[in-house]
Order: sequence, then C-alpha cells, then structure tokens
Amino acid sequence: MDVEQRRKERLDRGIKVRTDGLYSLMSLRELSYLTVPRLVLIVGMLVLPLVMPSIYWQRVISIVCIYALLALSFDLLAHFVGLVSLGGAFFIGVGGYLAAILNTSFGLPPLLTIPLATVIGAGICTVFLLPCLPLRGVYFAIVSLMYPLALSRIIEALDILGGTDGIMGIESFPNRWVEQYFVIIMVLLFLFGTRRLVNLDIGLVLRAVKDNDQAVRASGMSITFYKAVAVFVASGMGCMGGACLVHIYMWSGISLLALDFSILPIAATVIGGVGTLVGPVLGCFILVPISELLRAFGTLRIVFYSLILVGFIVFRSEGIMVYGQRKYHQFERWVRV
Amino acid sequence: MDILIYGTINSIALALMALGFALVYGISRVPNFAHGALYVITGFITWTLLRTLGFNYLLSIVLSMLVIAVVGAFIYQLVLIRVRGMAISEIIASYAIGLAILEGLRWGGFKGTTYTLPVFIEGSINIWDIPVDLHRILVVGIGAAVVSLLWLFTHYTRIGLALRGMAQDERAALMLGIDSDIMALVAMASGAMLAGLAAIVLLPLGNIVVEKGYDVLIQAIAVCIVGGLGSWMGAVLAAFLIGFAQILTTVYLGPHFQMVVALFAIILTLILRPSGLFGQQKELEERV
Repeated sequence: MDVEQRRKERLDRGIKVRTDGLYSLMSLRELSYLTVPRLVLIVGMLVLPLVMPSIYWQRVISIVCIYALLALSFDLLAHFVGLVSLGGAFFIGVGGYLAAILNTSFGLPPLLTIPLATVIGAGICTVFLLPCLPLRGVYFAIVSLMYPLALSRIIEALDILGGTDGIMGIESFPNRWVEQYFVIIMVLLFLFGTRRLVNLDIGLVLRAVKDNDQAVRASGMSITFYKAVAVFVASGMGCMGGACLVHIYMWSGISLLALDFSILPIAATVIGGVGTLVGPVLGCFILVPISELLRAFGTLRIVFYSLILVGFIVFRSEGIMVYGQRKYHQFERWVRV
Repeated sequence: MDILIYGTINSIALALMALGFALVYGISRVPNFAHGALYVITGFITWTLLRTLGFNYLLSIVLSMLVIAVVGAFIYQLVLIRVRGMAISEIIASYAIGLAILEGLRWGGFKGTTYTLPVFIEGSINIWDIPVDLHRILVVGIGAAVVSLLWLFTHYTRIGLALRGMAQDERAALMLGIDSDIMALVAMASGAMLAGLAAIVLLPLGNIVVEKGYDVLIQAIAVCIVGGLGSWMGAVLAAFLIGFAQILTTVYLGPHFQMVVALFAIILTLILRPSGLFGQQKELEERV
C-alpha cells in the first residue's frame, strides 16, 4: 500500500517590488498588482455612503467607522506594542465626554471639539494608564478593563457629567454628508497613517518592545516612553471615535462606557486578521452591520461576539486578512513528496 | 468597633473571592478573566437547583460546586489549553468567555431582586453591643477554614505539592514527572470551585445580580495585585488591607467608592511596588 504523499508548496509571486525595497515597477500589471487592493479599499469606502439604501444604513456606516477607529487602536496596541487593551470603552468615554463638555459648556463647534477632544483625551488616557506602562504582563489589560467600569460607577454615584441622564443638547455635524465623509476620511487617514507609523523607526522600536523589552532597554531607550507614545496615538484614535459618536447622536451618556465598545473591536481585530491593521477595519465592516441586524436581541449580541471571538482565537487565529494576503501574494500548488 | 468587626468580615469575604483567581494565576499563569462569571453562575445554578428543582439546600450546594468545577475544567480543556503561553490570546479568550457567560445570563432574564439564596443560619448576636448576623460570622469561620485547608492541601498532599512545584518552576516540575497540563486543569477546576464556594457563602447576603460578576472580578484582581500576583498568602493579607480600606471609605465617604478603592489600590501598588506585597521572587520577571 503506498499512499501518495503530497504537500502544499507556496511560492511568492515574482514581482520586482517584493524582492527589495526599490520601487522598480516594470509594467502596468505590476503597478496594478500593488495599487488595486488599496484603491479598491479607498474608493469602496468613499462610494459606500452613496450606494446605501437609506439614512439608517448611512448612519450604520458612520458607526462602523467609529468601531474601525477603535479596532485600529486595539490592533496597534496589542500586536505592535504588546499591550492588550480590554477597555476601548474608556477611550470612547473620555473622548465623548470631553467633546460634549467642550461643546455645551464652551460653545465650540464640532469641527473644533473633535480635534481638541482627540488630543486632550489622548493625554488624559495616557496619564491614567501611565502607572502600568513600565510593567510587563497582564497589568495593562487589568487596569484598562477597570477604568470604564469604575468611571461609569463614579458618574452614576456622584451624579457628575449629567449623571445617568447624560449630557443633552450637543450640536450635530453641519449636515449628514459632512458627518459621513468626516469619519470615513479619518478612518482612511488613520489606517494608512498607522501603517506608515509601524514601518518608521519608532515602529521598529515598538515591535522590539513587544518582542524583547530587555534588549530595547539595553540599547538605552526608555520602554515607558515608547509605550506611552503608542498609547497616546491609540487612545487618540479612540477619543476621536468617541467625539464623533457624541456629535452623531447629539447625546453623551454612560452608554459610551458600555461593553460593546470594548469587546466588538477585539472581535473585529481577531476576525479580520491580527497585526495587519487593514484586517480590523474589514472585521468591523462585517461585524457591526450584523450587530445592527441583531439589535433586537439586546445583550445576546455580546454573547455572540464573545463566542465568535473564542472560536476564531482558538481555531483560526490568523483571521481573514492574513489568509487573503497569502492567497494574493503566493502561488499554491500540491507537490508530491 | 463596628469598623473592626465589619472590616474583618469584609476582608474575609474579599479573600474568599480572590483565592480562586490567585490559585489559577499562580499555577498556570493564565489570568482567569472569567472568574467573576464563574462566581455569578454558581449562584444561579444553586438557585435553580434549590428553587426550580426543589432540592435540599445542602445537596444543591454540593451539586453546584461540582458542576462549577466541571465547567472550569471544560473551559480550560476546550479553550485555554490551546492558547496557553500566548499572553494576548489567553487574556482575550478568558475575557470573552466571562463576558459570554455574564451577558448570556443577563439576556436569559436573570436580573432583578427575585434571585436570592437563603442564609445558612437565621438570627444575629451582639458583639460589644453591635448586632452581627450569624451568617456573617459563619463567613468568617468558613473563610478561615478555607484558607487553612488550602494551606494544608498545598503543603501536605501530593497534588498540592505538585501544584506548588509547578507554580515555582514549570520546567523543573516537568522534569520531575509532574504533568503540567493536568496540574493546570486541576488548578482551574479548583479555582472555579473556590469561586463557587465564595459565591455560595457570600451571595445569601444580597441578591444574585449579573453586575456582581464584574465587581467580584475587579476586587479579586485588586486583591491579587496588591498581594503580589500568584502569591496566595499575600492575597490574604492584601484582602485585609483592601477590606478595611473599603469599610473606612464606606463609613467616611459613602458606599459608592468600593470600586474606586480597588482601582486606587491597584494603581498605587503598580507605582510603588509592582510585584505586590509578597511577590519578591518574581520582581525581575514583571518589572522590566
């Protein structure tokens, strides 16, 4: 009995630009090989609001974009710096409440409150998370899990920031197209920005912090400083999402600190493909509409994301995007052993 | 005086909540973010056995402890064992399991004030003119018994010694013929059982609500961090520290600040002494 043994052989597609850093594009075909996937993403996202059937679904696209910002921040922190943030809701909450206060108490227009909330909120989040940055291990996850829970309890108990009613009467965007395209363009900017960031020198240092922090410290670099920079960027993305959300709903309340904001971005990242940065955005485009369809089921949605998350992390931890990239960049064939 | 009495009771309660988490983390290095969920689900299982199926109270307690141990073992064997050693996946997987259980219970309609367990002994006595329920005194007794039994178990039985060996150095334990997967499974099952025990002892003092799951998780983690992650005796001492701090803030500031006390304790510990009160031997590993 001899059973034919085969294995799958994978070969990288032969294209100049993949072999070295030189951008020597020889043909239109090679040019399109590189640019088409990116253009599909950019054009697709820009066209999406125009093809949506109703205002409700356009609103869903805005929400998708806000989750995408959060998922990007989770992916950046978890897979490029090694900090697992279980509290995306904290970033959303800080950004949202800041924007609400700036708008209602100081009367600033949305196009000023959003950048301000982003920068100030990122600063606040970084300061709050600073104590656990010099440490390795589970501390960051624990502390970031506790902040949104504790903050919502404090707001409820002390009746500050509008208490359980929240802050009402927040100005909305000038019109819905501005709202729509503002968030979409922000997602695209941050997506390509973070991709650029992780390939810069600082990105190398961040990945080194994740892989071997002792080596980074031995090179005379402060781990705490680089982690703080990464947390600043990531929480800035989250705060911007929160600020946009507040202006979209014209309301800011405790539901900004809800668990959805913590768990859905993680699920989207794991499904979309960890460490790819595009994957999380893609994951949000899959998960958030499903979650809108399941709105009637209430908290069962969280159960649903959690189970998907466990399933993916145990059985398919590479995610859609890594799988897709492999299919796109490599030939596969069966060869006899 | 009442601060002293209620502080002691609260501290023992915190120690009971935290021991399961400390045990699992100390032995298998898996941060069990599903700890609070295991706590709450035990309460609901006991309630179901007692009220819906009409079992004897003692029988339903024993049964639900067994069930929760099996649940813990299943969580480890089906999910956590596959991601063990991958820090990011461990955290996400256990957190997601905990969320799934808690939010599933919330969706299943387990909320409101209808779900209560009866106290073990009715009545109260006066200690220095302060009325204390007998059940609360029983909590102190059971807590002390659990802590000392755990100490005896880990110092004088084969499995207990193997567990401690694994907690100290997993590779050396493997070389001595201790199967680390089975030991981690035992640790997870007994951790779940400790969470269940804490639930059964403490839940009669209030309603069974889903939100308790998050509170218990956070307080357990706070106690473990202050005591030094993985150090059991440290956890017991830290429970007294945080327990009294909570009672003091409740008396002087108001009852809403319990969670803030836990958070503040964690932050302060991380700034001043990241390895906790009793975690010296792991200081180099955790402080970069």
